[in-house]
Amino acid sequence: MRTCGATSGGPDLAGVDLANQSVIQGAVLRGGVSDGVPNGLPVDNAYVRLLDSNGEFTAEVPTNLEGQFRFFAAPGSWTVVVLAFGAREEIKVQAEKGTPVDLVIQI
Amino acid sequence: MSRATSLVSTDWVLENLTNKSVVFVEVDEDTTLYEKGHIDGAITFHWREDLQDGLIRDLISKEKFEALLSKNGISNDSTVVLYGGNNNWFATYAFWYFKIYGHADVRLIDGGRKLWELKGLPLVTEVRTRIPSRYIAKERDNSIRAFRDQVISSIGIKNIVDVRSPAEFSGELAAPAHLPQEGGQIKGHIPSAKNIPWSKAANEDGTFRSNEELAELYKAAGVDFAKETIAYCRIGERSAFSWFVLHELLDLQNVTNYDGSWTEYGSLVGVPVAVGA
Repeated sequence: MRTCGATSGGPDLAGVDLANQSVIQGAVLRGGVSDGVPNGLPVDNAYVRLLDSNGEFTAEVPTNLEGQFRFFAAPGSWTVVVLAFGAREEIKVQAEKGTPVDLVIQI
Repeated sequence: MSRATSLVSTDWVLENLTNKSVVFVEVDEDTTLYEKGHIDGAITFHWREDLQDGLIRDLISKEKFEALLSKNGISNDSTVVLYGGNNNWFATYAFWYFKIYGHADVRLIDGGRKLWELKGLPLVTEVRTRIPSRYIAKERDNSIRAFRDQVISSIGIKNIVDVRSPAEFSGELAAPAHLPQEGGQIKGHIPSAKNIPWSKAANEDGTFRSNEELAELYKAAGVDFAKETIAYCRIGERSAFSWFVLHELLDLQNVTNYDGSWTEYGSLVGVPVAVGA
């Protein structure tokens, strides 16, 4: 259970060369309340797809035990699609070097 | 080969879970997935530890392949059914591997691990022990494998299909977007290659598109089915997926997987490279 103490969605960024990588990451949670604070149970068997600005598939990763995922994209606009049992979510994001996009996705 | 002999549905799997002649093998890029849960009775191959030579960059030897299959209780007459995460990338690579070493009956679960999970079908953590067998592989069938010199001499002559994402093809990215971007290789693609991302052959749930849609996809991109076709990507796994589509589903014979792929080609001195869409 993720509770009000957690503020970041995606995995720990220690060791990631943020200056040279455009990171898009986050966590997929189920059964939480959308109150701006990550909460709910991590979905460890979701699939997260990254589409480029033309809607073309670029990459896909499964979530980890914490419901987290990470992409190393390029600067620009991308769409994150979450697929899980009984759920599908799409989120448009803007990636840039230096500052990771960190999402909390409630399904 | 054809869709009927190379591909099985999740329903077929459910009906054959206790079929003794069937061995389910999970092959993932993320090798922790098997431990999280797998199809009951399935074994797993680690794409690096089990399927790469480790010293030189090559497939494992015939003797090592025989030892791997024997240890896991796979016999020459077993029906091997592969599946995995990442839309079956590594499972199709393993499929190609089984074909290289001449296994008679190897199949793939349409949709792989993703469809299985999206359908909420059962996964277990128990690993069942299998009785070792004595597997005898055939000599490598290199008719489904392309090497760098063949690729270079095929530029502008054969169909060369680059199955990476458009961003990798154009030279914007050096690796798929779920991996750190590497600096070692030149970015771009093999001149005259057509960019037909592997993902276009798959539906969102990981299943393959229909044969009619697949044939149209390649034809529309300029692939002449009367010619030989070489598929490549970055390290040969995604192109194994597209090789599977062309060679197994569309039943085209002259299709090879260039498993050296961009990590080899993009490191070669003096070869031509193209950039842009």
